[in-house]
Amino acid sequence: MPVQQIRFYQTGSFAVGNRLLDPEQRSVQSDEHRTNSLTSGHRACQGCGEALGARYALDAAMRATGGRLVAVNATGCLEVFSTPYPESSWQVAWLHSLFGNAPAVATGVAAAFAVKAAKAAARGEPVDDVRVVAQGGDGGTVDIGFGCLSGMFERDDDVLYICYDNEAYMNTGVQRSGATPPAARTMTTQAVGDEPGNPFGQGKNLPLIAMAHGIGYVATATVADLRDLEYKVTKAMGKRGARYLHVLVPCPLGWGSAPGLTLQVARLATQTGLFPVFEAERGEVTSATKIRRHAPVEEYLRLQKRYAHLFSPERRDGVIGKLQDQADRNIARFGLLDGDEAGPTAGPGATVTTGPAATRDEEIR
Amino acid sequence: MDKPFAITLDVGSSRANHTGSWRTERPVYLDRTPPCATACPAGEACQAWLYHAEEGSYELAWRRIMEDNPLPAVMGRVCYHPFETSCNRAQVDEAVGINAVERFLGDLAIEEGWRVTVDAPPSGRRVLAVGAGPSGLSAAYHLARLGHQVEIHEAGPVAGGMMRFGIPTYRLPRAILEAEVARIVDLGVTIRLDSRVDDLGVTMTDGGFDAAFLAVGAHIGRRTYIPAGESARVLDAVSLLRSMDEASTQGLEPPLLGRRVVVYGGGNTAMDAARTAKRLGATDAVVVYRRTRDRMPAHDEEVEDALAEGVLMRWLSTIRSADSGKVVIERMELDETGFPQPTGETEELDADSVVLALGQDVDLSLLSRIPGVEVDDGVVRVGPDLMTGAAGVFAGGDMVPDERTVTVAIGHGRTAARHVDAFLRGTTWTPPRPAPAVTVDLLNTWYYADASRTIRPVLDAARRRATFDEVVGGLDASNALFEARRCMSCGSCFECDNCYGVCPDNAVIKLGAGGKYEIDLDFCKGCGICAHECPCGAITMVPETS
Repeated sequence: MPVQQIRFYQTGSFAVGNRLLDPEQRSVQSDEHRTNSLTSGHRACQGCGEALGARYALDAAMRATGGRLVAVNATGCLEVFSTPYPESSWQVAWLHSLFGNAPAVATGVAAAFAVKAAKAAARGEPVDDVRVVAQGGDGGTVDIGFGCLSGMFERDDDVLYICYDNEAYMNTGVQRSGATPPAARTMTTQAVGDEPGNPFGQGKNLPLIAMAHGIGYVATATVADLRDLEYKVTKAMGKRGARYLHVLVPCPLGWGSAPGLTLQVARLATQTGLFPVFEAERGEVTSATKIRRHAPVEEYLRLQKRYAHLFSPERRDGVIGKLQDQADRNIARFGLLDGDEAGPTAGPGATVTTGPAATRDEEIR
Repeated sequence: MDKPFAITLDVGSSRANHTGSWRTERPVYLDRTPPCATACPAGEACQAWLYHAEEGSYELAWRRIMEDNPLPAVMGRVCYHPFETSCNRAQVDEAVGINAVERFLGDLAIEEGWRVTVDAPPSGRRVLAVGAGPSGLSAAYHLARLGHQVEIHEAGPVAGGMMRFGIPTYRLPRAILEAEVARIVDLGVTIRLDSRVDDLGVTMTDGGFDAAFLAVGAHIGRRTYIPAGESARVLDAVSLLRSMDEASTQGLEPPLLGRRVVVYGGGNTAMDAARTAKRLGATDAVVVYRRTRDRMPAHDEEVEDALAEGVLMRWLSTIRSADSGKVVIERMELDETGFPQPTGETEELDADSVVLALGQDVDLSLLSRIPGVEVDDGVVRVGPDLMTGAAGVFAGGDMVPDERTVTVAIGHGRTAARHVDAFLRGTTWTPPRPAPAVTVDLLNTWYYADASRTIRPVLDAARRRATFDEVVGGLDASNALFEARRCMSCGSCFECDNCYGVCPDNAVIKLGAGGKYEIDLDFCKGCGICAHECPCGAITMVPETS
């Protein structure tokens, strides 16, 4: 990994900024002149993880592309709360069409810019290299837009697709999606019967499905680790072809967590092992973020009312145990706990990942 | 109408929608008092100077210390650092070695010749300080910087007081002490050596002083009656330590203690005496103490150092009698109130000499003709402003009721100086009300990288037994910076940009380096993420009232 390691003893490896760092080594979000791709006045709920995640990701993509960026949006919370006609919160070029076709629209936008670039080059004019990001919630990605997305992967179109996963259809009133975790209560998976909440099944793990397409870059991230998220967006924008980024974004409304705990909940999802944070290239996992403070799943579940039925009226140890097993399987599969490799806690001081993550790959594969 | 098909309204920004109206609570920035500031008896704002040290701005950091304490290099060596045990970082990994950083800064200042100046205009008032120990020097320094003319009258032949006569050189090299005292003299403070004040009233009238600060210390070693044979060698610890200093400065022979030395007492002076005896060549240095280790007044660090150097401890024991070559000790038992009671069981211990370290008394004769001064249990009664019963006569250090350490004494000097200054100006000084304390549960420790404390290089125990070289080494520039940066800045914003970054509504305005942040209440929805994710607990949520 071409990253610069900086020793930090106070904070900074984990915090957004640090006055002791050179400005170019600080995060995009610490910059007073960040794009604020999604600006104030949007109608997302208090403590919305998706609003935060979208700004983090697009601001990083704007910096990585020098502002030459178009964002294509699927229908969902992110679209509804940001653009009630005629207002818009977007400060980037932004396009919305239907719920299920964002990957296909993004493919078209990328193709149009490729044609424009080819024509300009043929005329001997300067080529404007405009890049495309498509984004949507988990409903628009793992369910409704899945066919278009799979096609985009299969054709290796030059688009970074970002899924902000809040694990259900939130804006229509918290209905279950293919990304809803087992045992979680939603409006359509009520906490009743012998197996309350969402049934245990195989789930629909889109990062793994994306990897199965053999595309150049697949990664997961959360809103709780800004540095990691910015690093992955920057790295993805340095590559060509189809790329996929899956960002966990807690939803205070649908998950029943306190608005102020959005980052804490996302952090616990990673520290329990329930949400593995990793990178993969061409189908192979290339790195995984180690767990720094390992926590039992119960700490994560307790903060969310969607799991309240696991603790009252009586405690369901069986269900909690099955969720713990799931976390433990992730830990074993992705090697989240063996601490020999350089994780954030290795060495006498922690290290921080900064700087341009990857040199830009100019060749179109 | 020049709009695209089916478009009737102009595009606007969502900033027209003031989501701040949703709010039921608002984030408010505040400063809370870190535990180090509450705990430091010298009144140092540890976190404030560490903030500068983190940037590598060592001179600024040193100047910030000098606002409160004129003796950082001394303090960095002899302070028992009570604040470090209170440090919130102790609950994360290990406490920050504030004391070690302070010593580094103090030494650097001496090396670089940094100076402070008197910026206040001359007040024309004269203040007498009695005693050139830590308290008197500290008061004189602060009063001089406040514009007063200060004269210190010191009974001894050198300045330093107990820092000189009570603290062995292996804990405080004399060159360091002299350099810091010289800096105070350079401010215009006059120190008259060998000038014992016998009658305070006379000295004040003769010298035309408007106020006095008394800090004569506690130099009289307490004796107890021990039946002793004629040839038994019994001496007190204060005299021992004092003669050690005289021996080194005047080239005299150090006192002879013999090969087996028994020290009677359980305070820091007892530890210093036993460690000194070891260095003078004693094969056995045994501390005899009436109670158990946990009840010992000596600081843990000193006890640990003494044990590491081979000093032996006899808990629950008293000395019944002493004779040539031996002492008889009696085993004690603690009763239910924790008081030691004799058991009648005795045993003999070889001893060439017995050193009594049973505490020290204050020579209060200079106050005998001052009306209004009250004495309680051998020490002078003072108010919270450190003024005695006599107007304009203040007192501090070991002669007033408090813990007897250099740190406390320096703190007294600082506090007294402010009250003396107010007295001279006909006003009163009220210490600023401290902000609410910050405990570790108010921090978000996730953001602090794990990093254990830099251990100061400690001279090999075997080596230090034989020499009076300084035992604890200092930090160098790279690990001092490391240590300073371990400060978590509890309760004080250090501009980590977390609040600015984590707001889903862009409702935190970053004001640029040094300017910190402001909440944009037009858009803040009051979710509270900024308060929860603030590493140092400097944001609180306050309910909206209207």
